[in-house]
Parts: sequence; C-alpha cells; structure tokens
Amino acid sequence: MITLNVNGRAHEVDADPKTPLLYVLRNELKLNGAKFGCGLGQCGACTVMVDGEAVYSCLTPILLLQGRAIKTLEGLGTAAQPGPLQQAFIDEQAAQCGYCIPGMIMRAQALLERNPSPSDEQIRTHMNPGLCRCGTHMRILRAVRRASKTIQGALPGGKPA
Amino acid sequence: MTVNSKRSLRVAAQAIGPGLRLSRREFVAGAGALVVSFALLPRLSAGQGAPVARAPMLPGSLKDTSMLDAWIRVDADGTITVFTGKVEFGQGVKTALIQLAAEELFVAPARIQLVTADTSRTPNEGYTAGSNSLKDSGTAIMNAAAQVREMLVRIAASRLGVPADSLVVQDGRVRAADGRSVAYAELVAGQTLHVPAQPQSKLRDPKHRAVVGKALPRVDIPGKVTGAVAYVQDLRLPNMAHARVVRPPSYSARLRALDSGAAEKMPGVLKVVRDGSFVAVVAEGEYQAIAAMEALGRGATWDETATLSPKTDPYAELQSLPHEDYQLRGDATPSAKPWSVESSYRRPYQMHAAIGPSCAVALFEANKLTVWTHSQGVYPLKGALAEMLRLPADSVRCIHMEGSGCYGHNAADDAAADAALIAVAIPGRPVRVQWMREHENLWEPYGSAMLTTVKATLDGQGTITDWQFDVWTGTHSSRPGAAGNLAAAWLLQSPFALPTPKPIPQPEGGGDRNAVPLYDIANTRIAHHFIPKMPLRVSALRSLGAYMNVFSIESFMDELALAAKLDPVDFRLRHLKDTRAQDVIRLAAERFGWNAFASQRDSGKRRGRGFAFARYKNLGAYAAVAMEVDVDRESGRIDVVRIVAAVDSGDVVNPDGIRNQIEGGIVQSLSWSLYESVAFDQTRITSRDWSSYPIMRFASVPQSIDVHIIDRPGAPFLGTGEAAQGPAAAALANALASAAGVRIRELPLTSKRVKAAIGV
Repeated sequence: MITLNVNGRAHEVDADPKTPLLYVLRNELKLNGAKFGCGLGQCGACTVMVDGEAVYSCLTPILLLQGRAIKTLEGLGTAAQPGPLQQAFIDEQAAQCGYCIPGMIMRAQALLERNPSPSDEQIRTHMNPGLCRCGTHMRILRAVRRASKTIQGALPGGKPA
Repeated sequence: MTVNSKRSLRVAAQAIGPGLRLSRREFVAGAGALVVSFALLPRLSAGQGAPVARAPMLPGSLKDTSMLDAWIRVDADGTITVFTGKVEFGQGVKTALIQLAAEELFVAPARIQLVTADTSRTPNEGYTAGSNSLKDSGTAIMNAAAQVREMLVRIAASRLGVPADSLVVQDGRVRAADGRSVAYAELVAGQTLHVPAQPQSKLRDPKHRAVVGKALPRVDIPGKVTGAVAYVQDLRLPNMAHARVVRPPSYSARLRALDSGAAEKMPGVLKVVRDGSFVAVVAEGEYQAIAAMEALGRGATWDETATLSPKTDPYAELQSLPHEDYQLRGDATPSAKPWSVESSYRRPYQMHAAIGPSCAVALFEANKLTVWTHSQGVYPLKGALAEMLRLPADSVRCIHMEGSGCYGHNAADDAAADAALIAVAIPGRPVRVQWMREHENLWEPYGSAMLTTVKATLDGQGTITDWQFDVWTGTHSSRPGAAGNLAAAWLLQSPFALPTPKPIPQPEGGGDRNAVPLYDIANTRIAHHFIPKMPLRVSALRSLGAYMNVFSIESFMDELALAAKLDPVDFRLRHLKDTRAQDVIRLAAERFGWNAFASQRDSGKRRGRGFAFARYKNLGAYAAVAMEVDVDRESGRIDVVRIVAAVDSGDVVNPDGIRNQIEGGIVQSLSWSLYESVAFDQTRITSRDWSSYPIMRFASVPQSIDVHIIDRPGAPFLGTGEAAQGPAAAALANALASAAGVRIRELPLTSKRVKAAIGV
C-alpha cells in the first residue's frame, strides 16, 4: 500500500509501486484530467503537479510519490466553480479537441504559482514542452496571460484584470 | 457567477427576448390577400426579402432521413432532444448545431440536448468529413426545427382557438394575446412529430436572429478543462477490463511463433487473444495490460520482408507506380507551345498524429456487440465490424464518443476493430483498448505522398492563357467501408484484404481536390494520376489533396506573377471573376497592410511577405492568407511573424468557431509544411514518436494570427474546417521566396532545405 496525497486528500493505493502515477490517477482514483499521450514524456498530455512542479505522470512511478503533494486538473476547480486558469481557458475558448488542455493547464499552473506575472516570452518558453495538434497555441498563450492577470488582480495591491 | 455563464445567459436571453410574432407579413410574402400554406413558403433569400424558388428537394440530410422526429423530439417534461449523425472532434459542431436548433425552435440553447452519432438513435449521415457537417446536418436540423415549430404553433392555434398569426413563441411556450399560453411539451403527444419534412421551411429572418451568428461559448469546453468524462478514453464501465494489442513491427510482418507463457503468468492478466497474427492481451488493470503487452511482444517472432524500398527519389517511384489517369479538364494532349513557366512540387507522407492515441471500448454480451468509438462514421464502421466478426449487422451498435482530435481518417476505426475482436473473446466484460504512441505513428493511414507538375503560358499583358496541371497520388480515402479497411482484419487467420480504392469523384475530389484552379484561364488541361496501390497505408488527412494542390497552384501563381512582373495579389485578382473570392483576397491584403509592406534586410535576417488563396473544394469556404516571415540565412530557419486571414464561410453560425478552425488550421498547416515527413526504411516506418516525428511547438508559433470573417446571412453554409490548410502552406512558401529569394517546391520547408537553397 502506498499513500498518495492527491488534491489535498490521502488515498491508500494498492498497486505495483512501479506503476506510473497516470494509471493510478485515471483508473484507481477515477480522475480524468491527466491523459495518456505518449508514455514517453514527450508530449505533456499527462502533466500534473508534484510539490509545485510540473511532472509527467506517465513516467513517474508511484513509489517516488509517498508523502508528496500531487495536484491534478480536478484540484484547480470544477465546472461550476472553475479555478482562474480553467476560467481563462473557457473565456478564451482555448480548446479545439481539448485533449492536451489539462496538461497545458497544469504546466501553466506550475508557472503561475512560481511567477504570477510572467512575460509573454516566459510563458512561451515555459509552455514549449507541451504539444498541441489542433493548433490552439495562440489561444492557450492568451489564456495563460489572462489567468495571470486574474491572479494578480486577486493579490493584495494587485490590479484587477 | 462565472464570466462564461453570464455570457451564456445573455445569449439565452436574446434567444427568448423578442419572441416570434407570426405576423401576416411574415406568413405571406407579397400581397396580403394571398393565402399560402406555410409549409410551402420558401425561405427568404439573404437580405432581399423576396422568395426564391427552390427545387422540391429536401434540404441537407433530410434528403436521406426525412421524418422530423428522427431529428427532433420533445418530451412531456419539456426536454428537447436534437439528433445528429455527425460527430464532434473538436471542431465545435455540437455548439453550432445546438445554435441552429435553438434559433428555429425559439428556445434557449441550454434547453437543447444534442445526441451525436449512434447507430441505434441518430440518423445515418455517413462520415463526419469534408467540412460538410453544417451543409448536411446543420441544414437538416435548421429546417426540421423550423418545421416542428410551425407545426406546434398550428396545433396551439387550434387548441387555443385563435389564429396562428396572433401567437408568439417564447422559449418553447406559445402565447396568445389574451395571456393564455401552452408549452411545446403539452402540444406533442405520441406520433405528433412523426411526419415527413417538407421541402421548404419558414426560417427565421436572419435580421431577427438571436443565437445564430453569435459567438456562443462551446458547450464542451467547461467539462474538458475541469476533468469531466469528455472522451472515449475517459469511459469507465462497471467491471471493465483493459487490453493492449501487440502490433506487428511492419506492414509485411506476420507472426511465425508466439510464446505467451510469460505474459499469461503476469499479475492481473485475464487472457491472451490470438487470431492469426492478431495478438492482444486483456488484464484487470491498464498498466498490467501494458506490461503484459511488452512481455508478449518479447515472446513474438515475426517474418518480415522489405516492401517499402525508399529510393533516392521517392517521387520518381511515385510516377513509376501503376496508375489510372483521369482527365479533369481539357484534352489529354499536351500543348506544343513553349511554356512560360514550368514547376514541379512534392509532398511527403504526413501523419494525423493525434495527441491522444486511438481508443475504443467494446462489450459483447448475448450475441450483441456495442462499441464506443471516436470513429468519424459509426454507421459505416458498424457494417465493417459486422463483416469482420461475421455477425448480422443488427447485432452491432456503434456509439460515438469524442477522442483526441483526428484531422481525418486516423486509427479510430482500427482501435474499434481491436476492441471488438477482444470483446468477442471475453464475452460479458467491457474491454477498453488504447493504442500506444508507436502503434498510432506506425499504423495510422497517412496523408498520401504527392507529386504535381504545373506549366503555364503568359501573354504579353501578364494574363495566363494556357495551364496544364498533373497530380500523382494514392488514395485519399480508405475508410471502412469494408472489413478490409480495418488494420486488424489483415492479420486474422482468415484475413480480409484491403479493398482496391476508387478515386473520390469531382467536384469534391480526393487526391485531385482543388486540382482545378478557381482562376479564369482560357485553356486548362488537368489530369489526376491515381495510384490504387501505395507502398504505405494512406487515407484521408484534413483537406485531402487540397493541401498539396493548393500549395502547388498558389506557389506557381507567385512564380507566374514574378515572371509577369506583377504584384502577386493583383495577379490573382486579375484572374478571378468570382466576387466573393475577390472580397476575401482584398480583405486579407488590406488588413495585412500588403501594399505598405516593406521588406527588411537586417544583418543575417530577411523579412518577407507571402499571399495565397483558395476556395476549399471550389465549393466550400473561401480563404485568403497573408503571412510575414523572417528567414535566418545562416541556419535556414523560418520564423513566422504574423498572419492575417480572411474567410467567407457563407452564413456564419458561430464566428468564434470559424476563427478557432482557421487559426488551428493555419498552425497545423505550418507544422506540416515546416517540419513533417514520415520516415521509413526498406521494411519499417521509423517515425515512431514525437522525437522522430516532430511537430510545431510554442516557441515557433507566430506572434499573431488575425482572422477576419465575411458574414453572408441567409446564404448556404460553406464548409470551413479544412479551408486554411492549402493557403497557409503556399503563403509560407511565397513568403520564404519573398524574404530569401529562394523557391522551395518540396514539402516540408525545413531549415536544411532553406539553408541549402540559399547556399550560404
């Protein structure tokens, strides 16, 4: 048994410790956010956060994750109460098929938690590992920028978006 | 309240706002004394206010499925359900269809439940392909909704004992002037809507539209960004098992021996399934299935032969393969006159390369098979699966669920076939199969390699007088169809052979899609050299041959403009009588600042501009693309700086949906055109993953893409989803030529090729 802390809740998981986190999130915890894209750490569709960093869940065995804080798309908000990035992706209509978007949002979340006001260049550089095939890049960049403004507006002394 | 729901509510309020007053003026076109049954009233033409005679043919897909209740049902609890045979794959079609239904039913969009392709519930609308969804299904639903509304108003008039033209409809409730009202749900009983559609409908005047033409937010996005079950990949049925297939290493490979002992002993493994060279493993857990697949793969011995033989010039091989010749324009005899300009263009095999590998879930119980699939054609797939499994067709049901974006015929149907074969082997348990990355890359049907030649003659005034175009290509549709179109079926003990493909006829065309230029040219000879049997598996990739034919024609138009010493935009305009084509070209050029553009020649960088235009299929959306690029002479790298596009999609249902498709199409086409080419050796495909098949990344996307839309309210819908692919590619090549003075005619325009052409 391995205890995983996912979105602030502890889960006892009965799986082979070598199992990559992705399969435990999707099948044991029934969380749909992280997607299988390549299993190779090349596309970012499976991206989640571990202790504040964007991590490829398809490559990370759960044995490395005991006691660490895992955050998935579901930890950012719900359809009724979306988090700032989720809301920004809705406002910018930043999805076509949307399959890569959960990974994009989690990668952006890691950036904004570290740096709430990144420059456009910093956003591009940070997002570069994530692959999108529909060509939604321009909207994804706009959504991250919009979320950054929302977050800044919510900070003490920050300007509203 | 969220920003999004505010926006939805605002649109909804507009939808029910003014209500539908069925005034005499709207009922009867022309003199007030004339009484016309409104089922026979023609649709008012765009902005003219005069009725237009139409052939008595049912609109859109009503031609094939004519009963109104096949499209629209109203339940006693007030639920309105709309049925479409088309599928969502990220193009936003669900939202657009809901808008059309809401508009004509006079209800808020949120009240409409939309059911997409399901062989037990929805009309059969074939494939969701060719940018035809609004033309087929949108037209059908819009007309069916209007006819349902008219019928319910008639029933309400009779029930309330007042004239129909005194009634108002607000959000599904028919109201009389005296305050009495009756809901749609109370007006429908039993077979009320089980009536055939009429050829003509009383459609809402475009001037009074509340929902259509507005940027209604996509209905699927909130779920997708918050982790809802949004894809077939997310479907989790009770007692579901997971399976993986051990795919052969190459097209030619057949299983010589299989040692499944190790895999069968692994934890969670339920069963190894083998039929000929089709090998799969089923396990309780997904990662258990993957581990067992790897073990099973190690136990498999394959016989392979070298069937691919890439030569030094694969395009010469393309011309040497057996082909059928189709003359599309002019006679087959080449002109004897000397040509002013001759060029030849090349396009390699390219992948759909979905981010999410294909997936399906299947359940076989009581001799019935149910398959949840992201296929683009659930009805054709149902037939192919029944044939492969030798089941009666009525024993198979295919239900569409979204997958990762497919951009054409990828492995969606193949994954469904895998799931079906495995499900039959363990009856009673739902089985989920997802392909691995390398499965998708090695086995999906690619966009065909293509070769074109173009020759033209210019007169002294810079007018094209003669034009000859030849295209060599494999098929652009090998969809199921038949069992033999499913990858698994080739491997079975009793295999099914790939059916010999037939070209898709003009005017839509397949490999010859957009081979006929829209330009007005006195003498044209256009030939399609169709290669039935290609060395690599090929089928429909977004826009089919149009991507390459438009790349060729529009590159060549710039070469001709250069020869004629004319501006490329002016040169196009002087060869076009079609005013809608002229309008998008002028709009794109103007918003780009074409005439004021100044080339820059900083140190090692060269900045240039490129332009291209096409009307997709010569009958869909018009699209013009203007592009600014920087070319680094040392590295050969092309940086796309900014793009301005103009598009005419006819009647605009959702402008943001059009923008999203055009933006995405441009970026995807840039990725194809800058980086993408399927690599293979003599036996195997070698583009196994994202490092061996790179695509565009954030660091390389343009600084801006602006899309300008020309709306034509009331005009027919013109398919838009594939309209940008060709123009974006040619605008890139033309901008490169403008910036660096080199014309590259072989896709993709890699840094290596650019550097070699510049010769630094």
